[in-house]
Amino acid sequence: MKIPRFSRKTLGIPYAVFLVFFVIVPMCVILFYAFTDRDMHLSFSNFLRFFSDPTKLSTIVYSIVISLITTVICLVIAYPVALILARSKLKKKFVILMLFVLPMWINFVLRVNALRELFNLLSQAEALSWLENANIFKTVVGMVYDFLPFMILPLYTTMLKIDNSLYEASADLGGNAFTAFFRITLPLSMPGIMSGVTMVFLPSMTNYVVSDMLGNAKVTIVGKFIYEYFGSDWHMGSMVALVLLIVVFVSTLLSGGFKSEENVRGTNL
Amino acid sequence: MRHPILKSCLKAAVVGIVLLLLYLPILLLAIYSFDKTDMIGRFQGFSFKHYSDLFTNPKVLGMIGNTFLLAFLAATLSTVLGTMGALGMFYCKKRMKTAMHAVSQIPVINAEIVTALSLAITFVAVGLGKSYFTLLIGHMVICTPFVVLSVMPKLKQMDNSLYEAALDLGASPFKALMQVVLPQIIPGVISGFMLAITLSLDDYIVTVYTRPTGFETISTYVFNATMKGNAHTAVTLSSFWALTTIIFVVIVLFVVISNLAGRRNKEADR
Repeated sequence: MKIPRFSRKTLGIPYAVFLVFFVIVPMCVILFYAFTDRDMHLSFSNFLRFFSDPTKLSTIVYSIVISLITTVICLVIAYPVALILARSKLKKKFVILMLFVLPMWINFVLRVNALRELFNLLSQAEALSWLENANIFKTVVGMVYDFLPFMILPLYTTMLKIDNSLYEASADLGGNAFTAFFRITLPLSMPGIMSGVTMVFLPSMTNYVVSDMLGNAKVTIVGKFIYEYFGSDWHMGSMVALVLLIVVFVSTLLSGGFKSEENVRGTNL
Repeated sequence: MRHPILKSCLKAAVVGIVLLLLYLPILLLAIYSFDKTDMIGRFQGFSFKHYSDLFTNPKVLGMIGNTFLLAFLAATLSTVLGTMGALGMFYCKKRMKTAMHAVSQIPVINAEIVTALSLAITFVAVGLGKSYFTLLIGHMVICTPFVVLSVMPKLKQMDNSLYEAALDLGASPFKALMQVVLPQIIPGVISGFMLAITLSLDDYIVTVYTRPTGFETISTYVFNATMKGNAHTAVTLSSFWALTTIIFVVIVLFVVISNLAGRRNKEADR
């Protein structure tokens, strides 16, 4: 086979260079800053300082709890919705799915602002005046509101792939609706659950726009730490970022995002 | 199934309630964007005041222009870079391919704030500082991997023998690529471009970390205005209601029109 000199492989070179300079190098820079002190000497003091500070640790736990609550609520709302849509025999069901995705195209900050105005209105009512200071409640509602489509979409796509004949077989063999759900729907939608959970959990731990705008800046999440350190101490900021990075990769590994060992080595970590 | 009607009513109710909650804040703003006062609560009278505020405030207009220009530039560059990258990755050796794919996944799965911080520190450390260039690069880092992800499946579905046939028939590799391969992957390229536009328009965190001083997008402007409090920025805050409504209407129109156009195309194909 004669292979022409112009190789299609060369098309990938610009992107490879781009990835090296703007993904790999920045990750190495983070790694470097996380393990050095202000005089650029190698040190673990950032880790020691961070993990020996009880207020920092409690904020991290608090942030994780908020993310967990958000993720669970998203799952509880999104699962039935995705299942109803995926199993529906309506011809136009993609239109309904579209309705769920549509608000995502409005600017994220404007959407949070809309929710903020709604809360302001509701808290004017006598019975709902507690809303004004319910910072955590409002933050969680805001996160669920913003990240719900990220949960619905992966669930819907995995549920759509479930073969209908499985349900027919289950019914033929005398299985009731519960057996069908626990033996077919739930196990086969597991990949969707996993990717939905990661897509909601991570932003709800790091996206401080929602917690600042709805929690009157009184709800501190991990992402806010990094923001605060960016102004004052890059070494500490990098350290928190590195910890987050490790959490992300471990959770991706656990949910099967990477198939082979080689992939992990390729991430340069 | 003893009560099929009851069951389908229940299903419709679940979907309906979630949708209602999802749209409630937006509808509220849409209604009050036509109110003449700055208070949400009681409708005082119909007026286009908030809309005229929006279109006469040069600062607000500037940041809207900034947002769309940046999104267009970032999406265009990301689409070119990502499509070329996907083609290169698709045809290169397996080991290189998996390595590039893995690195390309990092910005996708990573928390946005980690990407933003790593870029910002790197830019400052190498002396690039913060400029429109760094902002553009920042947006490309979050957009390009998604372009690659949407082009890749189309490459895998593609019939590879067509390219070989084009070469056998005397086309140059470049010509074969442009006239045979590209038309087959163009749906993936277009959806990648659209995805890149929405990611860039929506972005707050990367923008904050990489933008030059004084540069505002819709996200940063609205965030700062709301965080400063209602007192002295009340007029601008209510003009955001108008902005939200306009964006919402544009999106709805876009979806309806593209669906209608898609249907017409399908009918024409038949």
